[in-house]
Amino acid sequence: MTVEHYWAPTTLPDALDHLRGGDVTILAGGTDLMPQSHAGRVTLKRGLLNVRRVPELHRVERAEGAVRIGALCTITELMRDPLVREHFGLLADACDHFASDQLRNAATIGGNVCNASPAGDTLVPLLALDAEVELASKPDGRVETRRVPLADFFTGPGRTARAPDELLCAIRLPLPPPGFVGRFFKFGTRPALDISAISIAIGGVRSGRALTHVRVAYGAVAPVPLRARRTEAALEGAPLDAAAIDRVAATARDEVRPIDDVRASAWYRKELVFNMTRRILGDVAQA
Amino acid sequence: MSLKREIGFLLNGVETRATVPVDMSALAMLRDVLGLTGTKYACGEGECGACTVLVDGVSVCSCLQFAVDCEGRTVSTIEGVSREPLGAKLEQAFVDCGAVQCGFCTPGMVMQAKHFLEAHPHPTRDEIKRGIEGNLCRCTGYVKIVDAIEAASRGDR
Ligand SMILES: Cc1cc2nc3c(=O)[nH]c(=O)nc-3n(C[C@H](O)[C@H](O)[C@H](O)COP(=O)(O)OP(=O)(O)OC[C@H]3O[C@@H](n4cnc5c(N)ncnc54)[C@H](O)[C@@H]3O)c2cc1C
Ligand code: FES
Ligand code: FES
Repeated sequence: MTVEHYWAPTTLPDALDHLRGGDVTILAGGTDLMPQSHAGRVTLKRGLLNVRRVPELHRVERAEGAVRIGALCTITELMRDPLVREHFGLLADACDHFASDQLRNAATIGGNVCNASPAGDTLVPLLALDAEVELASKPDGRVETRRVPLADFFTGPGRTARAPDELLCAIRLPLPPPGFVGRFFKFGTRPALDISAISIAIGGVRSGRALTHVRVAYGAVAPVPLRARRTEAALEGAPLDAAAIDRVAATARDEVRPIDDVRASAWYRKELVFNMTRRILGDVAQA
Repeated sequence: MSLKREIGFLLNGVETRATVPVDMSALAMLRDVLGLTGTKYACGEGECGACTVLVDGVSVCSCLQFAVDCEGRTVSTIEGVSREPLGAKLEQAFVDCGAVQCGFCTPGMVMQAKHFLEAHPHPTRDEIKRGIEGNLCRCTGYVKIVDAIEAASRGDR
């Protein structure tokens, strides 16, 4: 199928009008779409909809108890954004580990989420931060939006719960509880331009020797980025001594479901999950 | 046959029009449609930085950018770099420091260095290395490239 229409609308309602037929490819930064379409892994649909010129998709703003990040914000913009840096250090950290300057300048957070790679670097902190996605459509002349928890949005590698006529407008992050701190860890084979072999986000509120309000997520260890609920339960409120840390890390190793691929074997990924979880928690216990 | 679009943008300060297939990359437009071959094609997948250009003053890999998305924007390539003081300084520093061997990575390096120095006028060597982490050079071993960028930043004071 060759592309028959190209649009670059400047308002959200116009963008949603073009999406109504559904046979449309959405273009954001193009950093996934260009290589995927050139390699033939993705076929562009009949319409190509460039949403980069819709100003409201580029904003980061406060919204009752949350921060709303426009889908078209680039990784560079997020890294520098004062609201993101103040409240969501985990996300800013992940952005700092992303690819290279040229890629960070073009890649958008909405593209990272909709591309739904199990190794997508912002997805792991976003899951740990209880993100929700905001999807908009215009089924019968009126703009409708729905919110979906990010944990329910990913349905498989490269697959999401987005309907063909929906646009991802924003990602909503509830403000974390006071005192919340987090760590992001990405393991690849070289520092720049590497797809994660695994990535980890761990956050919580320090309470004596333990962590409460614990959130744990892993990337590249399952068909979708994984919120590790069993690991969270093992970690919640447990005094961080060596035995507890080993127990939590072992739970994590059991909970992840990695595959063998060119970047690492499943066995190696499980060992990485165990060792890195243990190391991060060890650091937290020392801090 | 892919759908084509005529677009207009400011290329190295000159109003430019081009007719491009909507799925073409900005790199292919620059090289094959407009005949500006200073911007290099190497990996074609964002891994090497040889195709780096500035769009609205920000560095991107032109092999990943859709050409149609240049509509109404400002694009700077290596061909126009010496017209600006910082670009001219970088070019000279690359020559003076021997930072060019085969020269294939050089246009991308210079464009990325220009974007980097605009944001970090007085960088450390480590910051320079971080700044060009998306650019690969198969010849120099990077030391002379970092030297050149450092020299250009000193010349700036
Ligand atoms: C060399 C290289 C290195 C990379 N390194 C990393 C890395 O370190 N970490 C990482 O996580 N990723 C990496 N990536 C992948 C890619 O850069 C990211 O996934 C990026 O965030 C995609 O954003 P984009 O704006 O470029 O998306 P696009 O390519 O424009 O779109 C990606 C997909 O999402 C859809 N889409 C985009 N925006 C929306 C929207 N608002 N609503 C609905 N659908 C939408 C598109 O239709 C497409 O299917 C790398 C890619 C390359 C080429
Ligand atoms: S040719 Fe574009 S990054 Fe290598
Ligand atoms: S000088 Fe040859 S690739 Fe850099």
